[in-house]
Amino acid sequence: MLFTSYAFVGFLALTLTAYYLVPGRWQWPLLLAASYGFYWAASPWYLLFILVTTASAYGVSLKLADLSGEQRAYLAAHKDLTREEKRAYRAGIKKRKWAWLLACLFLNIGILSVSKYTNFVIRSFNALTGRGLGPVDMIVPMGISFYTFQTVGYVIDVYRDRQPVQRDFFKLALFVSFFPQLVQGPISRYGQLSQTLFTPHKFAEKAFSFGLMRILWGYFKKVVLADRLLPAVTALTGDGTYAGAYVLAAMLLYAFELYCDFTGGIDIAIGVGEAMGIRMPENFDLPYFSKNITEYWKRWHITMGTWFTDYIFYPVSVCRPMLRLSKWSREHLGQAVGKRVTVYLASFIVWLTTGIWHGAAWNFVVWGLANWAVIMVSQELAPLYERFHRRFALRGKAPYEAFQVVRTVLLVSAIRMFDCYRDVPLTFAMLKSLFTRFDPRVFTDGSLLGLGLDGADWLVLTLGLAVVLAVSLYKLKRGGIREALYEKPPAVFYGAMGALLVCTVVFGAYGAGYDVTRFIYDRF
Amino acid sequence: MDELLKILHSLHPEVDFTAREALVDDRVLKSFDIVSIVSEIYEVFGVAVPAEEIVPENFNSAKALYALIQRLEDE
Repeated sequence: MLFTSYAFVGFLALTLTAYYLVPGRWQWPLLLAASYGFYWAASPWYLLFILVTTASAYGVSLKLADLSGEQRAYLAAHKDLTREEKRAYRAGIKKRKWAWLLACLFLNIGILSVSKYTNFVIRSFNALTGRGLGPVDMIVPMGISFYTFQTVGYVIDVYRDRQPVQRDFFKLALFVSFFPQLVQGPISRYGQLSQTLFTPHKFAEKAFSFGLMRILWGYFKKVVLADRLLPAVTALTGDGTYAGAYVLAAMLLYAFELYCDFTGGIDIAIGVGEAMGIRMPENFDLPYFSKNITEYWKRWHITMGTWFTDYIFYPVSVCRPMLRLSKWSREHLGQAVGKRVTVYLASFIVWLTTGIWHGAAWNFVVWGLANWAVIMVSQELAPLYERFHRRFALRGKAPYEAFQVVRTVLLVSAIRMFDCYRDVPLTFAMLKSLFTRFDPRVFTDGSLLGLGLDGADWLVLTLGLAVVLAVSLYKLKRGGIREALYEKPPAVFYGAMGALLVCTVVFGAYGAGYDVTRFIYDRF
Repeated sequence: MDELLKILHSLHPEVDFTAREALVDDRVLKSFDIVSIVSEIYEVFGVAVPAEEIVPENFNSAKALYALIQRLEDE
């Protein structure tokens, strides 16, 4: 059941109506039933996968909390122990907790890896050895990466004693399967989402209408803009036909398509939550206004970035072998090299994992490592930039900041081309053609009209993207536009909502020649 | 405390670490800085700061960070 299907719209209307009709204490059980219904509609088999994840997280988190409780009780009852005895006792408990955590991680990351990467391994094996092993028919449950990461994060938080355990199986089941975020995130933390997920909510006109407005805004970006851009991006990146300046067109069009597609889906998810009084974390903070790639990755897919930082980057960076490596490097290679070793290595692992997480193909591995390389180079050049900024005093000047923003958009868009072309060599060849076969006339001689989009489509796209830009600039300068509209007479707010609905229905890219497509991030 | 201040100062000479109370929240210290600090704490104090202790409240000020080192030394 895609967010963009009529079935989902009907399902959502029924769920929202029922949510406010049932007594408050029945709201979260209703959401659990709705979430399982949503998942069952995709495939009954998927339920088996999500149940295994939920049950293992439930059992292991209980065990971890019990072991922590046992430790607290023992140490409280044995205050006379020496420091060494206490240390030995804690180490014993930690070892047992670690074994449970490891079992849970192996099971869940194992399921994720086998279902998503078996055929990638077979393809790579065939390519390396010249063998012809056939692909395996695997079930890849919808949103498995998202719910696995979210659930594993919860278990690690319990292991770290940072999160009280949830002893109600059904509440944990709802956290794992909450339908708006099941397919493409955001990746919530238990401590944050649970604050509003299980509490009763009375109907509140403002929260409900804000939620609906955000849902409509998400649909507008998805079906009017992203799906309209899709044929052009597909045509441009289908093979090596469109080189040179066309690659620049592909970079920019895909940048907008992906932005509208992914932020549209997240707006729908967060908007559904808002309409029910449930707060989910934001996943974007105007990423295309970033002045460098590091900042961009703090503002794009935020919940994935913070997840990787907290659960992979830090544990890898500060584990004892890494600390010993850092010490050794400082002693033998000097302070300058030594202090970089752990950061570079841990970042490499994070970006390699990020690449693999995005897709079971070498394109994504190279995409991840290209991001890593650019970030590391930027890190190394930081002192040089600093000297440059002190010398020329450009910082804060609008034209220079605009240059930084454009440069960052072009850079991330160029790296993202690995996501579009069929393989790595073709991507490199096409990026090279930007410099060797660039003919700017394609932007003015009507060539772009032959990409599956006619003049009317380009007009809708131009106006639609202007609206998205205007809303973004408003947010950047003055804050949320919904709040501003809500402060005006009701006719303005509801008029804007109606206009958004009409534009989405009238200009949505469906009907002849179009199919409402899956969200790009569904496949991750 | 002086040794810790020396570690922090070497990363950001322009920051007065005795006065700042929100080093992480104000984004003075970023993830790469935090990893460098943990590595140097291991080298200077012989204390391994585990990943579960990398939370803003432990790194927001030099005082909080020093208290963390002392607690880990005691445990």
